[in-house]
Amino acid sequence: MSALSRTRLGYDGVVAVMPTTIPYVRYSTHSAHWWLGRALGELIRGAGIAKADVDGVCVSSFTLGPDTAVGLMQHLGMSPRWLDHIPMGGASGVVALRRAARAVQAGDAEVIACIAGDTNQVDSFRNTVSQFSRFAQDAVYPYGAGGPNASFALLTDYYMKHYGATREDFGKLCVAQRDNALKNPHALMKKPLTLAQYIDARPITDPIHLFDCVMPCAGAEGYLVMTEDRAKALKLPFVRIRSTIERHNAFPEDPIQFRGGWAMDKDALYEHAGAAPEDIDFLETYDDYPVINMMQFEDLGFCVKGEAATFVREHSFTIDGDFPFNTSGGQLSVGQAGAAGGYLGFVQALRQLTGSAGKTQVEDAKLGLVSGFGMINYDRGLCSGAALLERGTAA
Amino acid sequence: MTAPLVKPKKKNPVERTRLSTRPPVPRSRSAQGLTRAAAEGSFELQVCAECSTVQYPPREVCGNCLSAHLQWKPVDNRGQLIATTTLRHSNDLYFRERLPWRVGTVKMAAGPVVVAHVHEDCVADGPVRLTLKLDRSGQAVLHALPEKDTPNMSDAAQLRESTCDPKFRRVLVTDGKSAMGLAVAKAMLDAGANAVFLGDPTSWKANAAFDRLATDPRVQVVELDVTDTDSVDRLAASIGGKVEILVNTASYLRDGGILGRKDVILARDAMEVNVLGLMRLAQAFGPGMCFRAADGSNNAVAWVNILSIHAFAALPARGAWSASMAAALSAAQTLRAELSGAGVRVLNVFPGPIDEEWEQLTPPPKLAPAAIAKAIVKGLQDGIEDAYVGDIAEEIRERLRENHKAVERELGQ
Amino acid sequence: MSNPILAQFMNELLSGRLKLVDLTQTLAPEFPTIVLPPEFGQAWPFRIEEISHYDERGPAWYWNNFSMSEHTGTHFDAPAHWVSGKDQPDNTVDSIPAENFIATACVIDVSAESAENPDFLLTIDYVKAWEEKHGRIPERAWVLLRTDWSKRTTPKEYLNMAEDGAHSPGPDAEVVPWLIRERNVHGFGTESVGTDAGQAHHLNPPYPCHYYMHGNNRYGLQCLTNLDQLPPQGTLIFAAPLKIRKGSGSPLRVLALAPSA
Repeated sequence: MSALSRTRLGYDGVVAVMPTTIPYVRYSTHSAHWWLGRALGELIRGAGIAKADVDGVCVSSFTLGPDTAVGLMQHLGMSPRWLDHIPMGGASGVVALRRAARAVQAGDAEVIACIAGDTNQVDSFRNTVSQFSRFAQDAVYPYGAGGPNASFALLTDYYMKHYGATREDFGKLCVAQRDNALKNPHALMKKPLTLAQYIDARPITDPIHLFDCVMPCAGAEGYLVMTEDRAKALKLPFVRIRSTIERHNAFPEDPIQFRGGWAMDKDALYEHAGAAPEDIDFLETYDDYPVINMMQFEDLGFCVKGEAATFVREHSFTIDGDFPFNTSGGQLSVGQAGAAGGYLGFVQALRQLTGSAGKTQVEDAKLGLVSGFGMINYDRGLCSGAALLERGTAA
Repeated sequence: MTAPLVKPKKKNPVERTRLSTRPPVPRSRSAQGLTRAAAEGSFELQVCAECSTVQYPPREVCGNCLSAHLQWKPVDNRGQLIATTTLRHSNDLYFRERLPWRVGTVKMAAGPVVVAHVHEDCVADGPVRLTLKLDRSGQAVLHALPEKDTPNMSDAAQLRESTCDPKFRRVLVTDGKSAMGLAVAKAMLDAGANAVFLGDPTSWKANAAFDRLATDPRVQVVELDVTDTDSVDRLAASIGGKVEILVNTASYLRDGGILGRKDVILARDAMEVNVLGLMRLAQAFGPGMCFRAADGSNNAVAWVNILSIHAFAALPARGAWSASMAAALSAAQTLRAELSGAGVRVLNVFPGPIDEEWEQLTPPPKLAPAAIAKAIVKGLQDGIEDAYVGDIAEEIRERLRENHKAVERELGQ
Repeated sequence: MSNPILAQFMNELLSGRLKLVDLTQTLAPEFPTIVLPPEFGQAWPFRIEEISHYDERGPAWYWNNFSMSEHTGTHFDAPAHWVSGKDQPDNTVDSIPAENFIATACVIDVSAESAENPDFLLTIDYVKAWEEKHGRIPERAWVLLRTDWSKRTTPKEYLNMAEDGAHSPGPDAEVVPWLIRERNVHGFGTESVGTDAGQAHHLNPPYPCHYYMHGNNRYGLQCLTNLDQLPPQGTLIFAAPLKIRKGSGSPLRVLALAPSA
């Protein structure tokens, strides 16, 4: 393939800063505009810059309708010279970085605010899923689940049958994430979870049980992308970008999803960064259901295909464990604030690498991997992405 | 194996009646191709005219070669169940009331992977047959059925949601004195109907076959003249809450075109029975059926209109009658839209010539009323909404698709 | 009241010495109409649809549309109803002189015979015997045939259909021309669905009452009731059909005045 014979540019001189979270709530009476506006405000105040200094904005939201990023700019009184709207759900955080970093690198914008947020009104989840996609409307929604539970149940069923993963394996990850969440003040889940509680939880959609499901909520996440020079001038701790990947509708011939797009691109990811899975200090995955974590362990190269269950049994996933994983608690324990769920891991990685992760801080974290996964359009998640991030060292 | 359906108990009159809800309705326009196939009981998916790739979910252009020439065609319905789940929770009101509900992923021999309702007799990871059926919203859904029929499989609750099986249901046959009415009543009883209300529009007129059928303890004779609003209303007030399937067999057929007569009396009589009769029945029985559309295993499910293939193409030798058939079809379409809110299905039956007294001069082949009654029962069991019965109906339908002008000219000769 | 006769009439009526008897059947959808072979156009039965009933279709008013043929319910046959009367003068309901809507009536009670034999036919001899008992039929009088057919309340009993058609009493083919010629009657009235007997198509001529009465510009009344409340002689009948242009007949209210027994 000639495209691959060309050398990909690095992300030299571009950094991500200001990991920002607007604390989640289960239900909100506000609209998505409120959540996104607050995130932008926090970014500007936190960075100590003027509103007009933000000349690029990248937005992800499911509940902003009928507006898009365009309408939001007028709502927020912004006049950016660069604007993007990324409808990629769980892959949004990584993809936003890819878009924004290249824009800053090319000089199309100086400071780009990447924001994702959604509201959760009492009935908005049902409305969102019912209008999620044409294929879902035509070929999934009429089959009863009224949300992604059934789709994930089917691929979890397949994965368990084919690779021998058990509910205990999934439970181990969920329990570890809950332990991590108890150290995260933003997490909505405040009570410890035991494996017994996980196993005994009520079934939702076999084999998915209550604690396999994320809790929809309202919230927002954000970060800024700018040049390393500007970050230094603003005295902001920053994170360098070693490599990124994204892929859409990977492996369409697979009869059911047992792998994601990472499996197509992981070699390019590590090669571009000159790094290997062993070098990584922590991993933040997209975790709307635990089976997807298993696939990411495999497809990002931490173990071979089908052996994630063994990998889980051999490692510990708490912040102080031998494989620090979803150190915020992940969506399973923090909550899924719509498109902000696609930023959660990314923003947490920025915290880890800027030393601002508080009680969730992984000691001496220097290199982190964030992966994103999004958009169950029909029977599988279509978007995947990953970013290798490195702690910036002030020169 | 599916447990056989048990005869429903008498309704507890002080218990609240479950109101009808519908599974999700919205579909893309392309997906309505599935609806068309399901409505007629065929299994069709889009096939690319250029690369032959079978598509699912329905698309605008081929997912393989991007050709815009996608044609709906019958395809191999076999497949392998590769994943299953049982919903024990749903955000959807309709499914919430019907849990647990089994769905699965089927890898079709024809290529696509589909999500389908899965019959309880399907073995995990085993072979299945896919069928397209209308759900209670009237939209097409896929059902995965066991590779081979299993005992009582049509009694499975999930499948019964897509069908209108007469088994254990009570049926009103609006005109039980015609050959068609008698045949339908018998067929319904043979199909396991709990009761047949046998309409008698001419109580003054003796009919030995009618009287014989009336001796069956499951048959209750009721006076009903569809041209008389009062009669229709009185009957609805008496048995409206018990009618779970209504088969409108009231029919008026007379020879004659339009210019050949000096009056519209026969035409008006045809309209009175075939069109306004349908409307009177709808106004009187429709609301009660809608109210009971989700009431237990013998909920009100279907409304059957016996129309004619000439609803689509006039037979000038029976011009006034043809006009009444076209009008009745139009009324039936409105009724379908109006009943769909509750999930009551309208099955329109389009026979060709029928072997009965008013078609004496029609040359064979003609359909025995019993053959049409059988098609109605099968249509209800399969859950379709349009049934073309007999070779002539099929042929006219096919020719209408090819060249409706040719049909018009030829029927006029 | 300046006219002493009318004043006396009202007095008689108010005092109850004269009684008013309604000979009309209630118009209702289930009331049978004459049945012709099914390939013919049929006389419409009475049909009624509510326009509004103090409801969303009309909050303060109640009214109905109804439809029926000229020969539905208690109705009047004009001479033009039959081919034999087609050239008679003033032969439709709109042109019949109004004074013809009032006439005296004789009531011939054949209810016992009819109960015995639904095909009972009135004969000249029977009329003559009746006259011997009750007096001669006066000029221009209605001859009303009391059969008690109106007491048959179900359509099945009333139409009394068998495989060979309807069975109900009526006049034979000789008595009708005799009544016209010898007694100059005003018309013939029955309780059954037609002025002719149920099997009258087998008589010669078929339907003789229709044939002769209308052919001689006389009238018919059918579907009458309450004839059992009238004396054999001495009744006055008010029978005014609707004024339908070129109408062959009309439903109507038939009122009888008779001395109280």
